[in-house]
Amino acid sequence: MAASSSRLIGRAATPLIYLVLLAAWELLADTLKVPAWILPAPSAIFQAAVKWAPELIQDGWVTLRETVGGFLLAIVLSLPLAILISLNPLARKLLYPILLGLQSVPKVAVAPLVILWFGLSEWPKIVVVVLVCFFPILVNMVAGLEAVPKTMLDLMRSLGASPHMVFRRLRLPVALPHFFTGCKVAVTFAVIGAVISEFVAAQDGLGYLILISTAQSQTPLAFAAIALLTLLSIALFHGVEFIERRVVDWTP
Amino acid sequence: MIAAAYPGSAPPRSSAAVVAAIDLKGVTKTYAGRDGGSVHALGPVDLRIEPGSFVSVVGPSGCGKSTLLRLVAGLELPNEGVMQRYGTALDGPSHEVGIVFQEHVLFPWITVLENVLLPADVLALPKAISRERAMRLLEMTGLKDFAHLRPQMLSGGMKQRAAFCRAMLSDPRLLLLDEPFGALDALTREELSLELSRLWQELGRTALLITHDIEEAILLGDRVLIMSERPGTIRTDIAVDLPRPRNADTVKLPRFQEIKHQVRDIIFNRAQA
Ligand SMILES: Nc1ncnc2c1ncn2[C@@H]1O[C@H](COP(=O)(O)OP(=O)(O)OP(=O)(O)O)[C@@H](O)[C@H]1O
Ligand SMILES: [Mg+2]
Repeated sequence: MAASSSRLIGRAATPLIYLVLLAAWELLADTLKVPAWILPAPSAIFQAAVKWAPELIQDGWVTLRETVGGFLLAIVLSLPLAILISLNPLARKLLYPILLGLQSVPKVAVAPLVILWFGLSEWPKIVVVVLVCFFPILVNMVAGLEAVPKTMLDLMRSLGASPHMVFRRLRLPVALPHFFTGCKVAVTFAVIGAVISEFVAAQDGLGYLILISTAQSQTPLAFAAIALLTLLSIALFHGVEFIERRVVDWTP
Repeated sequence: MIAAAYPGSAPPRSSAAVVAAIDLKGVTKTYAGRDGGSVHALGPVDLRIEPGSFVSVVGPSGCGKSTLLRLVAGLELPNEGVMQRYGTALDGPSHEVGIVFQEHVLFPWITVLENVLLPADVLALPKAISRERAMRLLEMTGLKDFAHLRPQMLSGGMKQRAAFCRAMLSDPRLLLLDEPFGALDALTREELSLELSRLWQELGRTALLITHDIEEAILLGDRVLIMSERPGTIRTDIAVDLPRPRNADTVKLPRFQEIKHQVRDIIFNRAQA
């Protein structure tokens, strides 16, 4: 009885705190008479979201495509490199400094250059997303491939397993949870990467929508776009987590 | 009763005609430390294990028991000495050897059956036959109903049994056990060691058991080797002349107690080895 009711409270706690915060915001905006172009009330944001729904959906779709496209491309590119680095000490010595250097360059700073190089298509934005996602996936995957317990390696060695067999039967499964950790970090970065590149140069996407709506003092619309971005980011995170639970079904 | 300490006469039934399962001569092992120092872990050790015999090794913690087993397994190479396995040079792991490690080392991402079948996959053994053999081993160890579960669903004793099945899958001639029951409670230990004794007799294999439990060493072994402090050498080699099959009542035999006291006296230095 007590246990089930406390579980109920536990489940309701998160939505409840959000509702309370929203209500407080609404109340404060109302009583303090904050101008809508500085800080709109939640109700005003909601109204803007309904009014501009077609634009929000269209631009949201663009941003989602860039985010997911760049994220997937980053996975495709970082996995082979991670495997190479973990297997080959020379590759590790050569590649790691380069990759670390690349990672240390501020992405916001290179975004204009990337757009200069790739022109006004979706590609420069995808490239920026790849740059942002690449490193967390790579670093975690390398760490995972090397996180194999010695006892398990001994077992495989005692069976006379080939390096290929050790990789497939042991290193890869051990690395998977680490890989997903990297993906979860990367996917939230990916949204940020997409928005940055849309800030720099774009005719669509939620970043662009935020930019023009603030320029035109359509602050409620900017807030609606930000809210949508946040939801997008949370949904993508949970999407990755959902896949992780399906694939990595052995960790408690 | 006490065969002379090595080097010296091997137990009486050894004859030159029989090829030893394991033959070590003057084997030593020194590990290189990280800071340039080194640890002389083992030896020199002379050890001859007859085919079909069960040899137990007891000794103080850190004296090099696991090192000895890893050398015999081919997982480690000696610094000095000659090692032979069934008459040929021992210079690496072999599919003729099955190992049960102290921790079960089962993979949590595959089922118990798939874990047991791992050697078949690595050695590319015929699938259908291996599967049948795996199921038979699981049945012998009472794990048949758990074959399709993940190992983390099993109790400690069951995991260790599954590890035993895996070690036996490729039908190895030599079974190496490094404190296989070390992590288990006393009751499960005794139950499993008797089970191992029965299985060993049924399957008719050569076995080398590392343990820190004197009763277990005597209950299972044809010989009990007592090792010295590090660097471990074989101080004494005691023949266990208890009848087989051994069971829960074996420990009550006066002769068992006699051997047990003998071993304890040697370990705690109350008698001259
Ligand atoms: N890989 C290694 N590198 C360096 N030193 C090692 C290594 N393995 C073991 N040693 C050292 O060798 C000595 C013997 O170790 P070993 O594991 O063989 O002992 P053991 O008799 O099995 O001990 P225990 O009863 O605690 O399991 C110890 O002093 C240990 O620190
Ligand atoms: Mg040990």
